[in-house]
Amino acid sequence: MSRSLILPDPADPDSAFFWEGTARGELRVQVCGRCRRRRHPPRPMCPFCRSAERGFEVLSGRGRIWSFVVAHPPLLPAYAELAPYNVIAVALEEDPTLRLVSNLVPGPGAAPGEVDPAGIRIGEPVRAIFEPVEDVFLPRFVREG
Amino acid sequence: MTGGVALRDRTAIAGIGQTRFGRGLPESELELGCLAVAEAIADAGLDPSEVDGAVIFSMEDGREVQLARSVGLGDLRFFAEVGYGGGAGCATVGLAALAVASGQCEVAVAWRARKRAAPSSRPWARVEARVGGDFQWTRPFGLLRPVDEIAMLTRRYMHEYGATRDHLANVALACRKHANRNPRAVMHDRLLTREQYMESRWISEPLCLFDNCLETDGALACVVVSAERARDLRHPPVYIHSYAQGLPRQHQVMTNYFCEDPLRGPSHVCSERLFGAAEFGPGDVDVAQIYDAFTPLIPLSLEGYGFCGRGEGAAFTEEGALEWPDGRLPINTSGGGLSEAYVHGFNLILEGVRQMRGTSTCQVEGAETCLVTSGEGVPTSALLLRS
Ligand SMILES: [Zn+2]
Repeated sequence: MSRSLILPDPADPDSAFFWEGTARGELRVQVCGRCRRRRHPPRPMCPFCRSAERGFEVLSGRGRIWSFVVAHPPLLPAYAELAPYNVIAVALEEDPTLRLVSNLVPGPGAAPGEVDPAGIRIGEPVRAIFEPVEDVFLPRFVREG
Repeated sequence: MTGGVALRDRTAIAGIGQTRFGRGLPESELELGCLAVAEAIADAGLDPSEVDGAVIFSMEDGREVQLARSVGLGDLRFFAEVGYGGGAGCATVGLAALAVASGQCEVAVAWRARKRAAPSSRPWARVEARVGGDFQWTRPFGLLRPVDEIAMLTRRYMHEYGATRDHLANVALACRKHANRNPRAVMHDRLLTREQYMESRWISEPLCLFDNCLETDGALACVVVSAERARDLRHPPVYIHSYAQGLPRQHQVMTNYFCEDPLRGPSHVCSERLFGAAEFGPGDVDVAQIYDAFTPLIPLSLEGYGFCGRGEGAAFTEEGALEWPDGRLPINTSGGGLSEAYVHGFNLILEGVRQMRGTSTCQVEGAETCLVTSGEGVPTSALLLRS
């Protein structure tokens, strides 16, 4: 097992737009080309109108913590080094039924283990930042305001 | 006709078999499977050459071709497999029942053999350095293990409904007490107190060590035949009264956070058909074997299978409700995945059979109906058994 983080595969055609977005500092979600409804995770067909036409919309990156965990070992080596660390699910501002799994960090370049887990609250407003890891940018979240 | 009724009491579980449970057992998964299947066939009083149907987990290492050659099964006329790990157990038995009831085969076996004790065998530890598909939305951020995935739902559940760690402890303690009466349970000799639960180490907050199932090597099997045939065999028939699967719309396996109502799990869908096809309702269930890879799956399943309303599953566990002999719904009376053995929930099926035969080490007096469920949080399945 490698000692690096598990990273998204840029060769996944359904999600390439998302990771291209994070590299430009944009939080993109898939939008149906016909009925314009949003969906996440991305998929090849719109479950509402069956259109295979698809594009994306750039969202504000704002949302609220919907739930969170604090992970402790046993973990894969690269993650065990960071433990205990938080993983959050964020309900996005534009549509709270759209959720992203990510981490709460104190600021750019910081690790999720640097946030005191005892202070994390469901409902807290957060904002996406985009953090380079190897050749991809992961969306992580900081507290809003 | 209401969906599912055509299967009602048409088939029965006529034989059960299992290996010992432990960590680091020397036998391969295939050999463990052979031992359990051979014992189940003998328990039914049948000859292996009479078996003409087999249903396995998609994850099963020892395939039906290999097992049939070892155990000496007859010509197989029906063979199938069911996916989604812990969600598959009841479906392997249900699929066997469908095949027997429809005449595709006459004697079907279903089994699960598993060696999990070796850390290298844990699927979450075998993740590639690059992931596509569903995993790319969770794994990079450190949501790695099944326990992390269920902890995310659990925190939200606690937040929405006021559930507490005491409620989760109620589940862990009930299973342990039942295991303490079951000599075959891995935790037979190990007592557990509420204090020990509260002081145990975190695995993925809000879940601690004792919210997690065991890691066990072992195998279990059962034999399904028609109700008529079962009445001529060694044991009183345990009728498959109802069977259902459930895969909710917009579901995502284990990480069901990407839909409108993440806490409405697969058990809700499974329950509609299961009880819709039954002559009795949740209130008439005498004893239940509920899939317990993690303690919070119990309150979620209690809600899904209609023992209480949405958000009431945690409160349902209070005042010893889940404990034998006096609780209003004793669950996992052999100790379950939390304290007997974790073999993808197949031990729950065998304990359901023992309850209907009257041979459990926590026998519910006069029990005539038993619910058995498979994984919650994954595409799932369930059985209603009747004596
Ligand atoms: Zn559409």
